Amino acid sequence: MLMKLPMKETLMMVALAVAVLILMQVMGTAYGVRVLVEASCYAIIALGLTIQWGYAGLFNAGIMGFVAIGGFSAMLLTFPVNQRFWDSELSGELGIAFLKLIAAIALVFAVMQLHRIKVPRSIRLPIILIVMATLYLWVVNGFAPVTQGIVSEFGFIGGLGLPVWAGWLVGGILAGTVAYFIGHICLGLRSDYLAIATLGVAEIIKAFLKNSDWLTRGTLTVSPLPWPVPGASEVGFVMARALYLSVTAVLIAIIFYLLHRAYNGPWGRMMRAIRDNELSSSAMGKDVNQRRLEVFVLGCILMGIGGAALATFNGIFDPNGYLPLNHTFLIWVMVILGGPGNNLGTIFGAVFVYVIWVMSEPVALFILNAISYLGDMWFAWEAPSDFSSRALQARVFSIGLIITLVLRYAPKGLFPEKVQHHH
Amino acid sequence: MNEFVFFINNVVISGLTIGSIYALGAVGITLIFSILRFAHFAHADLMTLGAFFAFFLTAMFPAVGPALGLPTAFVMLPLAMALTALAAVYIDKGFYKPLRRHGVKPIVIVMASLGVTLMLQGLIRMFMGTSSRNMYIDDRKGIHRIELPFDLANRPIVLTDPQIIIIVLLVIIVIALHLFLTRTRLGKAMRAMSDNPDLARVSGINTDTVVKVTWIIAGSLAAIAGTMLSLDVSLKPDLSFHLLLPIFAAAIVGGVGHPYGALAGGFVIGFAETLSVFNWAVLLRPWRDFLWFDLPPTLAFVPTEYKITVPFFILLAILVWRPTGLFKGKVL
Repeated sequence: MLMKLPMKETLMMVALAVAVLILMQVMGTAYGVRVLVEASCYAIIALGLTIQWGYAGLFNAGIMGFVAIGGFSAMLLTFPVNQRFWDSELSGELGIAFLKLIAAIALVFAVMQLHRIKVPRSIRLPIILIVMATLYLWVVNGFAPVTQGIVSEFGFIGGLGLPVWAGWLVGGILAGTVAYFIGHICLGLRSDYLAIATLGVAEIIKAFLKNSDWLTRGTLTVSPLPWPVPGASEVGFVMARALYLSVTAVLIAIIFYLLHRAYNGPWGRMMRAIRDNELSSSAMGKDVNQRRLEVFVLGCILMGIGGAALATFNGIFDPNGYLPLNHTFLIWVMVILGGPGNNLGTIFGAVFVYVIWVMSEPVALFILNAISYLGDMWFAWEAPSDFSSRALQARVFSIGLIITLVLRYAPKGLFPEKVQHHH
Repeated sequence: MNEFVFFINNVVISGLTIGSIYALGAVGITLIFSILRFAHFAHADLMTLGAFFAFFLTAMFPAVGPALGLPTAFVMLPLAMALTALAAVYIDKGFYKPLRRHGVKPIVIVMASLGVTLMLQGLIRMFMGTSSRNMYIDDRKGIHRIELPFDLANRPIVLTDPQIIIIVLLVIIVIALHLFLTRTRLGKAMRAMSDNPDLARVSGINTDTVVKVTWIIAGSLAAIAGTMLSLDVSLKPDLSFHLLLPIFAAAIVGGVGHPYGALAGGFVIGFAETLSVFNWAVLLRPWRDFLWFDLPPTLAFVPTEYKITVPFFILLAILVWRPTGLFKGKVL
């Protein structure tokens, strides 16, 4: 048995390599490398999920939001500076608006401390609510004219012109910060609540990025984002993408090594203990909620970094391009199919699922064209005009079917989690 | 007074309508939560599915409604409810029951329900396309304008057929549900199972039947809510994505496992949404000379495009201050 497992895994890896080579042969090397780079970015995101779900059993249904934060941060920090905006008066006014925001937050915190000076509860709650509503309107009306001015005069505030790695790092930090607040509220409660809250926060992050035209240009999208390696115009498509792939591969290697160490170390043992039996590990004196918060934030940091790498590679920040299907559920399939809790399996799952996902679009269109052609020929049946957009919905259905089937028939995935026992 | 009529039209009536729809969805969620102990993410898609069935039936028999003087989709509602309930029972049989048998953690069933969400969404869009549809085929939406008797207001209060129907239906459903849960054997069995499933099983309650009845009730209520919402606005295939967060927020605000709480939660969320996107400047305009600040043209708490943040922040607030919900829920 012990000899058989590596055999199976090696075979699957070889099969995957062959599939990628075929893809490159059929669609061209440049396209093949592009798919690989995107798959590697997804692999970083999937590693973030595998530590949340595989190590700790936390259900994050809003990966899209953290990926979008990463992309936003890559855009904001690395895009060239908009000097006209910073030289104008509006930058000062924007600063004043932010000062108002900080003052308002401070005031709300001060009002929340009213119980210290023995203000009775019945008066406290109305005071807090009224103060919050008033300050909220004050801040919003402080921002509105400034942001409108920015949009009408400069389009948006531009980036900060920092190096790419800074954008990726801050993407991770921002995603981790959001995760900290969500996790802090939800992790002590039923596990379902985290799923609902993350689902909601992802939609809100998307709504914010889509509608804050002054910050992100909204639906107009921002491009081109600078690359950490020479671009296609300097060294050609294949070479540029291969260089980018080497950057993400090094990143994955570092993350993989660190996670591997953590998983096999005391920390990983403790996380698995909490996942498998919450009650007994809390009886052993482990602070379950604190540990879960730790792993949740860590996973979201990886998602932010992966999202930043993905946006930088695509060279465009498009808030509308973030879809729950592509950026949440696809990653779920990668992790549960590859093997939750098994880092190698997760990376395998990411590349495998992404290659299939990319190929499924032309295949689905081909099958449906054949159906509509044959239907027309044999039964004089006319396909509806939006047939191709409907055809792509077959992918939504298949993703859902795969999730339910894998959960039922192969809950451990293709690469089951291997726990090392020390005798 | 015109401003006040505007307030009634935009807040009271639309809040009642959307609140009733959220309430119907939340009752289903809360029943599933208390009997089967998992968050059923595919519930909003059951609503869309119900609306889709109603639309399908309307397209097949478009002349029924005008003959009776009611919207056709409403006449077809019992059939659509039956179909949705059937679909819900079979979804449970196909996707959730095997997992329950395996004794997996509830969170795995939650994941499976997300898989079901995607499957339903894919299927609905494959059959119906991605564009939105009008539920009225041979008839038109009845709009009632109630002129106020006094001279101060020259604008009428506007009510539409689906709005009247949903509010009346909700009252009937609440009474029926109350009688069912408190007076019948099955209803008592459901309550027993939500209190303590093991004790219910050993005392001879057929848990399979209870589960089935739960799905039938949840599915039918979802069909009503989905159909009425698409009658009131329009039938969109991505309806479910806008409904999921509000109905979960409503269920949690009301206290999970508490049907009456879910009703209240639905109205809390519905009114919070309409109140926060309402333009308060309209109401304040008559007093503009007495205000110490200049009245901006729009003074809404939340711009319409951020409407989705309202249920979310209510949800977070309730999770922070009162995780059991307003009416102490049982499951936490």
